[in-house]
Amino acid sequence: MTWLTWRQLRAQAVTVFGALVGLAVALAVTGPRLAHLADIAGDDFLNLAGANRADSWTYDVGCVVVLALPAVIGMFWGAPLVARELEAGTHQLVWQQSVTRTRWLATKLALTGLAAMVAAAAAGLAMTWWCGPVDQAVSATHGGAGPLSTARMTPVVFDARGVVAIGYAAFAFALGVTVGAFVRRTVPAMAVTLALFVAVQIAVPLTVRTHLVPPRRDTVTITPSSLEGFRGTGPPSGGGHIDALIVALDHPGAWLLSARTIGADGRVVTNLSSTLAVCLPPPDGRPSPERAEAYRRTCDAEIAKHGYRQRFTYEPAGHYWPLQGAETGLFLTLAAALAGLSLWRIRRLS
Amino acid sequence: MTALLRARGLGKRYRRRWALSDCTLDVPAGSVVGLVGPNAAGKSTLLNLAVGTLTPTAGEIEVLGGRPGSGAAQLARVGFVAQASPVYPRLSVADHLRLGARLNPGWDDALARDRIRRLGLDANSRASALSGGQRAQLALTLGLAKRPAALVLDEPVASLDPLARRAFLQDLMEAVAEHGLSVLMSSHLISDLERTCDHLVVLIGAQVAVAGDIEHLLATHHRLSGPRRDPATLPANQHVLSASHTERQSTLLVRTEQPIHDPSWTVTPLNLEDLVLAYLSRPPAEDGSRRVLAAVR
Repeated sequence: MTWLTWRQLRAQAVTVFGALVGLAVALAVTGPRLAHLADIAGDDFLNLAGANRADSWTYDVGCVVVLALPAVIGMFWGAPLVARELEAGTHQLVWQQSVTRTRWLATKLALTGLAAMVAAAAAGLAMTWWCGPVDQAVSATHGGAGPLSTARMTPVVFDARGVVAIGYAAFAFALGVTVGAFVRRTVPAMAVTLALFVAVQIAVPLTVRTHLVPPRRDTVTITPSSLEGFRGTGPPSGGGHIDALIVALDHPGAWLLSARTIGADGRVVTNLSSTLAVCLPPPDGRPSPERAEAYRRTCDAEIAKHGYRQRFTYEPAGHYWPLQGAETGLFLTLAAALAGLSLWRIRRLS
Repeated sequence: MTALLRARGLGKRYRRRWALSDCTLDVPAGSVVGLVGPNAAGKSTLLNLAVGTLTPTAGEIEVLGGRPGSGAAQLARVGFVAQASPVYPRLSVADHLRLGARLNPGWDDALARDRIRRLGLDANSRASALSGGQRAQLALTLGLAKRPAALVLDEPVASLDPLARRAFLQDLMEAVAEHGLSVLMSSHLISDLERTCDHLVVLIGAQVAVAGDIEHLLATHHRLSGPRRDPATLPANQHVLSASHTERQSTLLVRTEQPIHDPSWTVTPLNLEDLVLAYLSRPPAEDGSRRVLAAVR
């Protein structure tokens, strides 16, 4: 069975691992230079690296490869595994050898699933290594605006490195096999697998991830220097009102889930005092230092008077590896359940 | 000795249609069984039930004393080559032999290689490059080299030319003689079955019309010809399969376990083709009479 599994996977495996070797070469070539740049560039590192076409391109391609790899494995390794046999009638050949269907599928699930996890681990960990200097810089500073300055905790980037791709790949593979065993036709099974997997890939960060490791909740006092702006319906002078304050979260590399302005009674306020308009930059452009200082003090007094504070819900940077581990575990469990379902299904196929 | 095939009230239903119903059969091991019947009579269904790719809706079936497809041991003892003789298009002939060798404890590699060589197949060519007949030969080679105790073949020779057909049946007979292989195969070619089989099962309309040892069947079926008379006046132990009349003469095909003493008949034996055609061309009878016939062994 081991030989047959490998023989039937060979073409697809060569394609996937060939692409990964290509990625590995690109990372190995640009990685050391990026690390050197981090050593010498200091605070400008993220901006410089982001401005370098080769680095930002490698970063983008690497992220896309790690994100897309599980879907590719699910579609091209998983979906045809049973469906193509049923479609071509070759199940009538292979299930008539002296090996039970259960052992046939169990061997294929184990070996091909293992190959999928190895591929995902290689891609995810290679990106983790390459992005090491970037992640260090992001968590050391307040970030920047460049393409490389997205914190690794934030949803899309979270899936694009670390170990979580292992779980996603195992899940996508088992999903493809199971869908194939039910749909029984290769191309529809591939399409269904892709649709289901993408739906899961989108839904998990939005709904599930924050339940795996509970987020932290902090309430901080607002200072004129942490206040970044207002959210509201227009200038107070024009009849608009202020809905919330925009305040910087002093936790670099965190994934901000929500930020609410609360009043002195600890309740969320949605209609803030319009007197806070003094905190806006003065209308005459660049005020003299004395006037600017006067504004700041008035603003400070206004915030203190109403007792406004900002309540943050966020996953701090320190939750990165616990979250990676929990989500990997979740997807490996789902993969095992799907594998069980496909084994149950295959015994009932004719 | 365990039976090659033992079925009791076996039935298989697809949605609302019974593809096979109330099938009761006993075939001794070591037999070479021919399964005939019109299209959609349930032949493939019966064969697939025998190898476990289908599970019965009603009744039970045993092959060589075991439940079909019940485990690796049963799979090793029963070989099956399905109707379309499926092979892997992207795998080479050599890959197929390797597949057989890896997945079957009793694999006879010498036999497989010898057959491939005699068939003139290039071991390195992909199965997709083979003709339909060559693919069938490859599938049959896998079935034979697995060295099962019983081989189930669904129209094995349908895509072979007459020469290849005869050669394959010869190989099959060699395996029967040398290794005591039991065979259960369906075919439309009664002449092939006549040459190879010692047992016959005729399926019509999802039911067993007649089954039994071929010699016994031939000994108990006769063509009677004589002066015209009403078939209803025959003795009770003579079952009429078909009757044709001219103005003066009647020709009847009858089955009877008893000798025919009536001097007015000229009794001639039937060959297997006559016998099968007599059953196949019978107007659909009511169930009762078929059950009587099914009891013939």
